[in-house]
Order: sequence, then structure tokens, then C-alpha cells
Amino acid sequence: MQEMIVNRLRELLASGDYAGVIGWSKGETPFDRTPGLFTEKDLDRLCYDSFCGSNLSKYLIANAKDKKVIALLKPCDCYSFNQMCTEHRIQRENVYVIGVGCKGKIDGEKIRNGGIKGITGVSEEGDLLKIETLYGEKEISRKDVLLDKCLSCKGKEHKCADEVIGESEDTSVGNKYELVEKLDAMTPEERFEFWRGELSKCIRCNACRNACPACSCIKCVFDNPKSGVENKAAADDFEENLFHIIRAYHVAGRCTDCGECSRACPQGIPLHLLNRKIIKDINELYGDYQAGEEIGQRHPLTDFTFEDDEPSVVERRGGGK
Amino acid sequence: MMKKISFQDLPRLFREISETQTLIAPIEKCGQVNFGVWTPDSTLRLDALKTVKSAKGAFFPQVEDIVHFRMKDKTIDIHPAEVLTEDFVIFGVRACDARSFELLDRVFLADPVDPFYAARRKHGTVVTLACNQPEETCFCTNFGIDAADPCGDVTAWMDRDTLYLRANTEKGEALISRLENGEEAPVEDLKKSIGEILKKLPLNDLNLTGFDGDHLMEKFNDPKWEELARGCLGCGTCTFVCPTCQCYDVRDFDAGENGIQRYRCWDSCMFSDFTLMAHGTNRPTQTERFRQRFMHKLVYFPAKNEGLYSCVGCGRCLEKCPQSIHIVNVIKSLGVKEDD
Repeated sequence: MQEMIVNRLRELLASGDYAGVIGWSKGETPFDRTPGLFTEKDLDRLCYDSFCGSNLSKYLIANAKDKKVIALLKPCDCYSFNQMCTEHRIQRENVYVIGVGCKGKIDGEKIRNGGIKGITGVSEEGDLLKIETLYGEKEISRKDVLLDKCLSCKGKEHKCADEVIGESEDTSVGNKYELVEKLDAMTPEERFEFWRGELSKCIRCNACRNACPACSCIKCVFDNPKSGVENKAAADDFEENLFHIIRAYHVAGRCTDCGECSRACPQGIPLHLLNRKIIKDINELYGDYQAGEEIGQRHPLTDFTFEDDEPSVVERRGGGK
Repeated sequence: MMKKISFQDLPRLFREISETQTLIAPIEKCGQVNFGVWTPDSTLRLDALKTVKSAKGAFFPQVEDIVHFRMKDKTIDIHPAEVLTEDFVIFGVRACDARSFELLDRVFLADPVDPFYAARRKHGTVVTLACNQPEETCFCTNFGIDAADPCGDVTAWMDRDTLYLRANTEKGEALISRLENGEEAPVEDLKKSIGEILKKLPLNDLNLTGFDGDHLMEKFNDPKWEELARGCLGCGTCTFVCPTCQCYDVRDFDAGENGIQRYRCWDSCMFSDFTLMAHGTNRPTQTERFRQRFMHKLVYFPAKNEGLYSCVGCGRCLEKCPQSIHIVNVIKSLGVKEDD
């Protein structure tokens, strides 16, 4: 597929209409895939394979502002792209989207956590990953080490592609709300305990926020000395926990569930569960809604109808009548 | 003299130590291993090669109080935070992190000495642990670090079900003198087998030629920085997992009732408000911020410290950067190529 993509890109870039292509290049370790803007002369560095898990759509905010570019987007990345177009963060006409086929992306961390150390090479044979290590050859099933976001795959359709190269597969397994339901079923104390444990690992590196396509403010309040709430470290645990909850609420209705927050987190905090809980609640209250399904949608939290459910405590207590 | 203790007896030793001192060790919590205070209920993970955060937090914590002020009528009460006065042990530090303490010493123990850091160094006993299974992301060998025989007050080796320990300092001696004597031979064998693996590490031969004060402007003005930094998200992951990053910010927290808590916290040169001054910022783009981080580690620091690089090759940035952008990319991209 990589060869087909590169050949097509060569054609498109030769037209001179585009400043470059947003894609990935290989790095030092078998898992390193780094986003970049590639021009005709460095197309040979461009790579597309099973390790290109990161969502490139956010790079289009900066890179497609005043010039036309080509973007390689996986089916799930398209939702983020559409959502940012809806929010006028990306100008649709500045981007030529090549939808690239995806059969699920591999999570290097899962391979390492599975006890395979010193990985120097990975090759794929169907569902089998053959892993070369400093300590001998190992084998592992590909489907056991897919990124978490691939396990709740939104399907193989590219919702915004100008053209598609390569085949995709739906890699979803089971009920994507399973963990959210498990948390919902806990007592408030147990749930509090769960999140306190997870969030206590936070080092406030902001990787979740910076990787998040819905967090597209030019200046985040938490980085703005004039906001009065800027901080580089939480003064107490409570503040630490609230950062993530505030962030989840800020992206409520706009989060496409792309999973970048959890993928980026160096401490393995399942941040996407906060967002997914809100998505589940929105769906139950206002009907199924998928952010980024198409450009120009109005999401339930910014739309109003007289039939809207009123979930507030005021309503439950008989107020507002 | 070599000492030994079986893994089975390790909790007993830990309990003994923790009765009189705080014991810090690699502990698993919610699926991740980090250095934390050991208690009998902790899940000890001496087998974990790399904690997410480095061991530097034991001496230079992410957040610490400096001083507390309180306004009272027309007077201000000032209460400086107390420096540490009790001994503690940090157990299971790897060779790379152990070297990072020496680098941090050059910053915090140079005039003017940082009293908080100095007190922790004085009261801390460092027990290091040889790396039986280095990872492909390890490149400490480039900085003259021996993962088979790390420094520290005590050096330990894990051999099957036995931990061998050797005291290197008086502090170390005091900690392990009561353990039974151990044999040298198993440790020698381990050192040899670790040495063999270290020779095979894929990132062993980084060429650091030209990363020095003499080439400062050449490196600073290299056009490759822009391309290297293009994918950088500007998060602080690399700086916060790094054992040698030592920048901090000093901030005030409204403690209520006319009180102010002044504390310091780790800062990151990747952040847009890093060293923000009244006139604005010196580094308005991510490329400049990105360049600062690596120029500091590979050029400014060695220029001021007899060629010592401010990187220990732990490889945490290689594993943790969400976009796989790290110091090895920089060294290879800006460095002298083999065929140059």
C-alpha cells in the first residue's frame, strides 16, 4: 500500500498545487513513526504501515492555514478532520484528503508490556507478528496488540476522503461501552477510588491535551498567565483530578472518541473513558450522535429542540415548571 | 565485600529499613511502575527496567514548597519550608538514573547551593541495580555508563532468586553490613552476560563529534531544527520523564486568610509559557523551544561541564514521546555522519 500511496503522491505533488503532504516517517525503533510535512524531494522517507497509529488531522490546523496540502487520513482520523472543519479550525478546501486503508494499528507498548524485551524488528505475516529481539525471536498475535482505539473502531469508511487508497477492516470487538458500564455500575466511592488512582499518576505533561484534535484553542487557559487558572503543577490532588474532568467537559459533544488522549498518555491513564462516558450519556439523552460524521453537524449540546430531554437535577426535583 | 539476600527475605529487609527510614522503590500502581514510598502492601517491581518517571524526583520532586507568607496588619510573617532532616533510601536505581544524580549535582550543588536538594542528597542512600535485560531503547553506553556495574552507595545484582549487594560508600556499608556474605562468582558471571548484551544494543554507536561549545553557532543555526521539530506537540512528556531535565518554575498559591504558599514545580522548555518575562517570550515558536531542549543537553551543558553531556541514554523519551521525536533523532540528524 505504501508504494501505491507514494506513487500517487508523486503525481499529485508534481502538479505544484500542494505545499506537501502530511504523513509519517520511520524512526529509530521499530515503532517510531513521526508525523511530518513531506515535499516531493523527501517522499522516499514517507512511510505508511501498521505502526502509523497517530491521528494526523490536528496537524492540518497549522499546516493548511495558508496553503494547500495533502493529508493521509485513516478512517478514524476523518472524524476529527470533519469536526475541525465544522469548527472552522481547518479550511476544507485547503486539504486534499487521501483516505488510507487501515486494518488496525499496532501498539508497541502493548508488545513491551506483554513481556517482550529488546525489540529490534517486527514483521507481519497475516495475523502473526514475528518479533526480533536482543533475546531471540518471539511471536505474538497481531490482534492482541492493537491500539485500544482500534478495538472500538468506527468502521472502514473514510468520511471525508477525496480518494481512497488501500483496503480497510473494521477491527472493533465487543461493546465499546463495556468499561464505562463497569464504572457506572460501581458505587460512587468505588468510582472515585478508581479515578483517584488513575489520575494520581498524571504528571501534567499535557500530552493528552496537545494530542487532542478537539483541544484546538490557540492558547489554553491552563497555559495563559492572564487566565488566573494557569498552572504547571497542581497545588493539590483535587486540582490534578479536576484538570482532566474540565478538559473532558470542554470537549463534550465535540470529542469524536479518536483515542489520542489515552494513546499519548505516558502514564497509561485511560482518559478516553471520561469522554466516552459523556458520549454515552449524550447518546442516551438525545439519541445516537457521532461527532465528526460529517461537516456542518450541530451537536446535541449546542442544538436545541423543545423535545430535548432535561436531565438536570432542577428538573428531577420538580423545578422549572 | 559482597553481601547477599534471597528474594524471599527481601520484604523482611525492606520492613527493617522502613522502620527507621523512608524507603523509596519502583512500585506498580494502576498498571505503571514509578518510584514511590514502599509499604508492606506495595507491589514492588524491581524487575521493571524503566520506571515511567526517572528517579530524580527523590531528590528534586515535581512540586515542593519553598516558603509561606502571611500578611498580618502591616507585618508579613515569613516561614521558609524546612529542609529534609531524616535519612531515606532509594532502592533499585538503574545506572542511567544514578549518573543523572551526578549531573543534577552540578546544577543544584554549584554556588548558590540549593538547600532542599542538598539536604536530600545528604540524607539519601542510593541502592542501584544492574540491568539484566537492557532494552533496544537504551543507549547509556554512549555516555560511559556501565549498566552491568552501576555506581551509587550500594550496587545490587539480581541473580535468579538472590540479590547480591556491594557497598561502595560508608552510607552503603551502614545499610547492608548486617546481611550475610555473598559470593563474587555469580556477580562476575552476570556482569559478563550483561556486557555481552550491552555490546549488541542498536543505538551503541552514536557519533557525538561536534556537539560541543566550539560548534555552538553551527549547531544553533542548523536548518534541520525546523524539520526535526515539525511533529512536536509541545507537550512536556520528554522533559518530565527525563532524568536530567532540571528546569523549574516558582509560583505562588493563594493559601487563604492573606496567606501565600510559594512553591516550585518542574517546568518544561517545551511549554509556550516557559521563562515568560514581562516583555514576552524569547522563543515564540515550537522549533525554538525544541532547539533549546537539545542545545542545552548536547551543547550548552557540555560546554560548561568539561564535555559532560546532559543525557544519560535512559531512552525514556524514545518510549514515551507520543510522536516518536527524541534525542537520538537529533544526534543522528545534526551530527557528523560516518561518511562525512
